Amino acid sequence: MDLLTRVGRYFIFISLLFTRREKIGVYVKQILEEAVAIGIDSIFIVSIVSTFIGAVTCVQTAYNLVSPFIPDYVISLIVRDMTLLELAPTITCIVLAGKVGSNIASGLGTMRISEQIDALEVMGLNSASYLVLPKIVAAVLVFPMLITIAGFLSIWGGYVAGTLTGAITPEDYVYGIRADFIPFNVPFALIKTVVFAFLITSISAFRGYYTEGGALEVGKASTTAVTNSCIAVLVADYLLAQLLL
Amino acid sequence: MIEIKDIRKEFNGRVVLDGISGKFEPGNTSLIIGGSGTGKSVLLKCIVGLIKPESGQVLYNGRDFWSGDADTKRDIRREMGVLFQGGALFDSKTVLENVKFPLDMLTDQSEEEKIERAQFCLKRVELENAANRMPSEISGGMKKRVGIARAIVMNPKYLFCDEPNSGLDPLTSVKIDELIQEITDEYQITTIVITHDMNSVLGIGEDIMFLHKGLKLWEGTNENILDTTVPELEEFLYSSQLIRRMKQSKK
Ligand SMILES: Nc1ncnc2c1ncn2[C@@H]1O[C@H](COP(=O)(O)OP(=O)(O)OP(=O)(O)O)[C@@H](O)[C@H]1O
Ligand SMILES: [Mg+2]
Repeated sequence: MDLLTRVGRYFIFISLLFTRREKIGVYVKQILEEAVAIGIDSIFIVSIVSTFIGAVTCVQTAYNLVSPFIPDYVISLIVRDMTLLELAPTITCIVLAGKVGSNIASGLGTMRISEQIDALEVMGLNSASYLVLPKIVAAVLVFPMLITIAGFLSIWGGYVAGTLTGAITPEDYVYGIRADFIPFNVPFALIKTVVFAFLITSISAFRGYYTEGGALEVGKASTTAVTNSCIAVLVADYLLAQLLL
Repeated sequence: MIEIKDIRKEFNGRVVLDGISGKFEPGNTSLIIGGSGTGKSVLLKCIVGLIKPESGQVLYNGRDFWSGDADTKRDIRREMGVLFQGGALFDSKTVLENVKFPLDMLTDQSEEEKIERAQFCLKRVELENAANRMPSEISGGMKKRVGIARAIVMNPKYLFCDEPNSGLDPLTSVKIDELIQEITDEYQITTIVITHDMNSVLGIGEDIMFLHKGLKLWEGTNENILDTTVPELEEFLYSSQLIRRMKQSKK
């Protein structure tokens, strides 16, 4: 199937989610369950990744800025800006694409090959909407929370690493974090995250929902779900930067 | 009543169903039999509306499923119960939740009413003790029975079972057959059962359709199936030692 057909099918799939929806009450319960599954299960990996990325960014920036003419606080300023603009939203979402995306694709793929999706269809339900919409809404709600945690931990990780290695004093670090702060960077990061959340969940769901064959194809669907959503995240990242900055 | 007219289906140019027609009456257990890969499951999926045939009609009491709009399709679907070949239970839900699921989604009954109804259906398939287990914790035969309980929970007008007793021991499989026939008779449901089990064929086959390589080669009842002269059907029937001996003793 060529790229264009696939993209077209993806948009048809998206419109399918919103037409002929089920009772609202059904979704509320599902969204809460999915939010817990996506959120709680991802906090650990997101925390680890973001803390270390903050630490590494701080240490490496300090290592590269050896000129006596550049004040130390620039180190934490760079950590802050990189974290808010790129590392917290984009890198964390790439990590989440691997975790949440593969989970969604393999879950739906398994439901497809074991005829569970057919079972929903013959009950007269809109299986795509019932299964996928709650996942998308949950991710759109929960990803920004995860990214907020990631941003915070990343800056904290930089602080710990920078002060422990003696690269920067605590006072300089805090000064740098507050210097020349551009408030729009925070909503920008959250807007990006919402877009990424939608892309990751919908693309992975699309991949999983249309799995054909057996267990092997479920594995393949899950892999392509991750690669496709990573590419989509990076392309969207570039477009949003062009559009909003 | 379900009537199918001239159903044709091909996959990538390979014809799987070649003009199948037939009638299925309410209160009757109709069987579709045939060897593996002859298109039985595909025919059933065309009837329940999961695979669109290239041509042909599927009429539910006169309403054409495939040319109907989304509302007609949904209305017809809400009148049917389907047991899939593998049971198709939702793995994230318990047995009871699985059976209760159609009620949750499609009715406004109170929680107690729904649980009571689901438990009643579980009792019919003799699984009231497994209500709180997960699908991964029950055997293949139990999954089939839970699938039947879920298929009948909404009091369907049409019941479809894809191999309800494949992979079951002879005793359980007879029990399931009897259950299906009992329900069909009691509620005057139009029931279509796919099977290759000769025991079921002779036991509950009030109306039998024989498929071979996408063609309907024979139609009749369990009374006259052993007198057939269609060579493909004879081959299918007499591959079983038991039937061969029955035939000999009949002579
Ligand atoms: N989605 C599909 N795409 C391509 N070919 C298919 C598809 N589904 C079924 N077929 C083909 O159609 C033929 C009939 O399959 P079907 O599942 O109806 O067999 P069956 O009679 O139910 O067999 P069994 O008794 O083993 O379940 C098979 O040759 C199968 O390869
Ligand atoms: Mg089959």
